Amino acid sequence: MTTEWVTLTGWGRTAPSSAAVVERSSRDIEGLVAAVKDLPPRGGIARGLGRSYGDPAQNGGGAVVMLRDHAHEAVIDHAAGTATVPAGVSLDELLRVLVPRGWFVPVTPGTRFVTVGGAIASDIHGKNHHLDGSFGSNVERLSLLLADGTVSELSPSDGAELFWATVGGMGLTGIILDATIRLLPITTSRLAVDTDRIGDLHTLLATMEEGDRYFRYSVAWIDPMARGRHLGRSVLTRADHATVDQLRPHHAADPLAYEPRQRLTVPPIVPGPGVVNHTTIKVFNELWYRKAPRRRVGHIESIPGFFHPLDMVGSWNRLYGRAGFLQYQLLVPFGAEAALREVLERFAASGAPSFLSVLKRFGAANPAPLSFPAPGWTLTVDVPTATYGLHRLFHALDDVVLGAGGRHYLAKDAHTTPEAIRRGYPRLEEWQAVRRSVDPAGVWASDLARRLRLC
Amino acid sequence: MDNALGEPQTIVLLGGTSDIGRAIVERLLSPSTQTVVLAGRRADELRPAELGRPGVDVHTVAFEASDTASHEAFVRELAERHGDLDVVVLAFGQLVDQAELDDDPQRAAEMVTVNYTGAVSVGLAVAAQFRRQGHGRLVVLSSVAGERVRKANFVYGSSKAGLDGFAQGLGDALAGTGASVLVVRPGFVHSKMTTGSKEAPFATTPAAVADATIKALAKGRRTVWVPATLRPIFSVFRHLPGALWRRLPLG
Repeated sequence: MTTEWVTLTGWGRTAPSSAAVVERSSRDIEGLVAAVKDLPPRGGIARGLGRSYGDPAQNGGGAVVMLRDHAHEAVIDHAAGTATVPAGVSLDELLRVLVPRGWFVPVTPGTRFVTVGGAIASDIHGKNHHLDGSFGSNVERLSLLLADGTVSELSPSDGAELFWATVGGMGLTGIILDATIRLLPITTSRLAVDTDRIGDLHTLLATMEEGDRYFRYSVAWIDPMARGRHLGRSVLTRADHATVDQLRPHHAADPLAYEPRQRLTVPPIVPGPGVVNHTTIKVFNELWYRKAPRRRVGHIESIPGFFHPLDMVGSWNRLYGRAGFLQYQLLVPFGAEAALREVLERFAASGAPSFLSVLKRFGAANPAPLSFPAPGWTLTVDVPTATYGLHRLFHALDDVVLGAGGRHYLAKDAHTTPEAIRRGYPRLEEWQAVRRSVDPAGVWASDLARRLRLC
Repeated sequence: MDNALGEPQTIVLLGGTSDIGRAIVERLLSPSTQTVVLAGRRADELRPAELGRPGVDVHTVAFEASDTASHEAFVRELAERHGDLDVVVLAFGQLVDQAELDDDPQRAAEMVTVNYTGAVSVGLAVAAQFRRQGHGRLVVLSSVAGERVRKANFVYGSSKAGLDGFAQGLGDALAGTGASVLVVRPGFVHSKMTTGSKEAPFATTPAAVADATIKALAKGRRTVWVPATLRPIFSVFRHLPGALWRRLPLG
């Protein structure tokens, strides 16, 4: 039982605020209910592993609740192909249990270090959204601790309104205690990956549109600093889970072997301004693009290698130095490809250094009012906070995105305005009404909710 | 709340007629700004329209620096009415000609009460609000006049010396609370306050002070000198033997 005041930020290490951190196990219902009754006037919010980039998992002047859970408490139903998992368990821990047993999570983002609760509250998506939807779409049921101290069992058929308000609800409907998720059966712990180096945006979009349907996983890394006729030059990787006969003998001998490892970490002594600047990154991007094969088919890669390359470097966000960084993730609907091009053009023209830029095609949306994915293109770019003129660039990009009928992702946002969220999420008021009905006193609160006037 | 770009949603200027204060507020305005509060003694001189922007509400409110008993309630009401206070600029202060003060201790006491005592009282009230919020940034307009007091304006200088020490200490006390203090030390500034005064060397302008303040806020600094050269200069001045100091032509 610990309560101490801690200064918290998101993964971008920006906009810090102090909150009282409370730790409990999700099994300790009594302890959690007592903690909820005891919340200060500024309320509380659940916090997972702090991988959201902005401020959804911090609550200045209030409380932050962290669930300490263990993967061995997860229960796998092999017949039904589901797993019931405490919300504080990370996908990393869960995968270590699932993969050797021939199961995979339905959706994984670019890092394993997110909790199941966080995965639902942010309604995360992965490289397979075009086929399998988001994490929330693969949840069969969940239990939610409400502001009045009661626990609700929710599913798409029972308490559907509150279920879908919780999916993507950024923790503002209550604390998720556990969830039952549908699993994907696998026969090996590896993937067969096709890689294509593509010279421009138009070709990239056409290739993805034409071919995504033939693969479970598809994502493109774009060089966001490339300009002119190189705009949108990218490395497109598409994959499916490998079958045993696709593996080489020494892998086939133990097809489900799974050993993700962190190879190195960035120590907290990176120089103040960080090492990410215009020059270093332009060079990095050039090398990265050139090193990718022009075309390679069926290359066998490990799960961590394909899905979670950044997890191999611990605390990589430290590379951005003291001022931290922002991640800009947008969605524009199909038909608005011109807006996508304009965003990339403005970005490249600004000279802002970025080496992480990802493009993905989304499939159908789910019924959650605050869920981010919807049919269209999603582009994600990382930028150091100290970049000159960044505020002007981002506010200009906001106008382009919103003007094209697009929106921003709450799990990444660290800069936008309440107006941008109102415009991007037409069902916001509907979500707010559901939230108010289960939390009239405003017990659940976060810096994000205050900044974006979500509650 | 501040966003990750350091853009505040709610800005409070204590000392709403201050040229420097208004220049700082102007530079803090962004598409994220929702509320600006100008607090001052002379409501009719606050000119809220000048700081208006589409989407920004500019409010004026009466604030009396010397009325220390009112400060706690004043800050609480601000927060109740406008939500979290993201950036508070403490820019009020009086500069009375030293010659007038030599024979008027009462006047001197009044000036010092505004410049120092009032700042302590409202500064502590703001810090308490910041603690309640878990975040907040206080900008305190100090002066090099407090770094080593000179006889040309020693009462004023002493009030700034007190203010500077208070602001620094408050910043240290707020460590770990999510809130912070930036102490701004300008040299002589050409402004309303100094019209008619004899200019000192290394003079600067409200715009320059505001620019330096914004940069320092972005970098999370605790102190900023404007112009920056004053920092090494005062390093030397501070240690000059008194006889030399008194002979320097600093006005």
